[in-house]
Amino acid sequence: MIAADTIRLPIPLIFSATLFSAGVYGVLARRNAVLVLMSVELMLNAVNVNLVAFSAHLKDKLFTGQIFALFVITVAAAEVGIGLAIVILIYRNREMINVDEVNLLKW
Amino acid sequence: MGPLAQAVAPSHMPIVLRPLLPELILVGTALALMLLDALRPTPDQRPFVLLSLAGVAGAAAATLSLWTWKGPGSVLGGMIAADRFAVYFRLVILAAAALGILLSSYYLDRAGEARGEYYPLLLFATAGMTLITAASDLILIFLALEILSLSLYLLTGFSFRRLASAEASMKYFLLGAFSSAFFLYGIAFAYGATGTTNLAGIATALASRVNGDALALIAVGLLAVGFSFKIAAVPFHMWTPDAYQGAPTCVTAFMSAGTKVAAFGAFLRVFGVAFLPLAHDWRAFMGVLAAISIIVGSVLAIAQTDIKRLLAYSSIAQAGFILVGLSAGTQAGIQSAMFYLAVYAGTVLGAFAVVAIASVRGEEHTALSSYAGLARRRPLLGLALTAFLLSLAGIPPMAGFIAKVSVFSAAVQAGSWPLVLIAVLASVAAAFFYIRVIVLMYMQDPAPEIEGVRIESDPAGWAAVLAPAFLTVVFGILPGLLFGLLRTASVVRF
Amino acid sequence: MESYYAQYGVVVAVLIAGIGLVAVAFTAARIVAPRRPLPEKLTTYECGIDPVGEGWAQTQIRYYIYAFLFVIFDVESVFLFPWATIFERLGMQAVVEMGIFIFILALGLLYAYRKKVLQWA
Repeated sequence: MIAADTIRLPIPLIFSATLFSAGVYGVLARRNAVLVLMSVELMLNAVNVNLVAFSAHLKDKLFTGQIFALFVITVAAAEVGIGLAIVILIYRNREMINVDEVNLLKW
Repeated sequence: MGPLAQAVAPSHMPIVLRPLLPELILVGTALALMLLDALRPTPDQRPFVLLSLAGVAGAAAATLSLWTWKGPGSVLGGMIAADRFAVYFRLVILAAAALGILLSSYYLDRAGEARGEYYPLLLFATAGMTLITAASDLILIFLALEILSLSLYLLTGFSFRRLASAEASMKYFLLGAFSSAFFLYGIAFAYGATGTTNLAGIATALASRVNGDALALIAVGLLAVGFSFKIAAVPFHMWTPDAYQGAPTCVTAFMSAGTKVAAFGAFLRVFGVAFLPLAHDWRAFMGVLAAISIIVGSVLAIAQTDIKRLLAYSSIAQAGFILVGLSAGTQAGIQSAMFYLAVYAGTVLGAFAVVAIASVRGEEHTALSSYAGLARRRPLLGLALTAFLLSLAGIPPMAGFIAKVSVFSAAVQAGSWPLVLIAVLASVAAAFFYIRVIVLMYMQDPAPEIEGVRIESDPAGWAAVLAPAFLTVVFGILPGLLFGLLRTASVVRF
Repeated sequence: MESYYAQYGVVVAVLIAGIGLVAVAFTAARIVAPRRPLPEKLTTYECGIDPVGEGWAQTQIRYYIYAFLFVIFDVESVFLFPWATIFERLGMQAVVEMGIFIFILALGLLYAYRKKVLQWA
């Protein structure tokens, strides 16, 4: 609500697009599974910025965007939990977590 | 009316939970099983199997009672749709879950992986799948998508001592999380373009504009990418063969059927309701997606030497055929896609059930060469797999034939005959590799190393094979049974 | 119809601008930045003591489980704050709903406890 008067919409949108792109780059370029996971988190948080910015810009009476951001935070936490569990599983089995060396299955 | 408005409204509206009852039953059963597993650990898996079957049956009964629902079209502030569309999809998913549970009890016993947390996870995944087909708000669609995905990542890695299973789980997780982020970004733009996440609200906001705007187009693109990952359409299919091959076969059977049906259910609802005003923009995109999925899936399937990977690539091609129906953008198209989905779910689940039984213990003998002479060693198993493969290939009198014909005719009516031409040619080429497996089963002698292997099966395993086989034939001969339901079920209500 | 395709034009323009921006930034850095490759620059620190061992150190696995449980329960409380600001207006119904939410969370904690995740191994 306050932000709508002080910041113009494109600024947070560009910021979140930059964050999101950094996340996409990280997922595609990183070999370490934990870093890939962190990049995914970056993407999710970029979306949060977007949601809150839209919510403020639209002066949404229902605060849909802000409530959704809370849900995204929760889902992201659950995702990290499960992701780390899987990464630890791989590490215990193979003693490494580089994505490009996990290549038992291929066509 | 959004959730908060309803909640903060001074006069308390009654909370109508009945359209959500199937999910509540599933989640309640899952929580009860979790408690049972924690408080009374027992190596005996029978109570888990029976209780989860009871939960699925209860959810199915609650779903059936919604067929004659006379209340409002959507409840809980427009979050849950109470239409026959949701009932139809839920019934297909619940049937897949019930067969998946039976197959799992068969498989896990023999693979030595019977642990208590399996069935709660499977029920959570089922709840996510049924919820996503009934959700009529993008927030709930996202949450349901995550519920089903997170459970399936864990189920994929359930045989974690087997390297392939852990690896499949990691690949599925990383790509799935990546695609969820795109999906979410799309939701954010849809919200920004229209000011609401409610599907009907989005449709109203978009319809009142003469032209779509850039934000809405970005939203359509990103959401399509997110859904394409979940339905395994090319070029977003990379996880599919690895996840399907690495996962325990009973999980593969369940998720190949359930995930695709659930994701397509939400796909049809989001694009057929919320973004219908932009149909002109996304129809061509769906057509391209369908064409390359069919071509790439069919071509790569020919090169496979492992039956699970072969079926995975086949499921990619099938996603393409279903997209043909969606790309028609008409009522007939949606109807044919829904018919195709039910047929696909039964067929692929049955095919993987045969693989699970033929593997004897866990993941042995999944190479195609192990299927040589199967029909001679186990005539009924061979016959069932033949029926499934013929249905996947789209050869009469199997249900797959009717499904393909109805999808194609819907697309031709909508004027996209070049797409149908590609699809028909590709399905003729694809018939080759299905028939190759059948020839292998009937015409060749078994390889020496599996000559003496005894395949045992019990009622649970047989049910998971014979029920889908029966339905595949019945719906092939009497498709009217299903199309009769679809006449009302394919109409999305608000 | 013209403005209809103009909408696609906007998308394309944004894409081109985005790619261009990154390309310009990278090439500018490449052109402007001075280059003096030295072997020392490849060491972890350019001054002081050479590091011993690898950058990735092992951490006890049990810390992960604590961190994980903390994050889950910490994050769930995110729903309690908005609820706390308005539950007075909503009355009994909201209290019951939050009760169910916390009950399910407690079930999770009980599960973790019974599965012996909360003990030092």
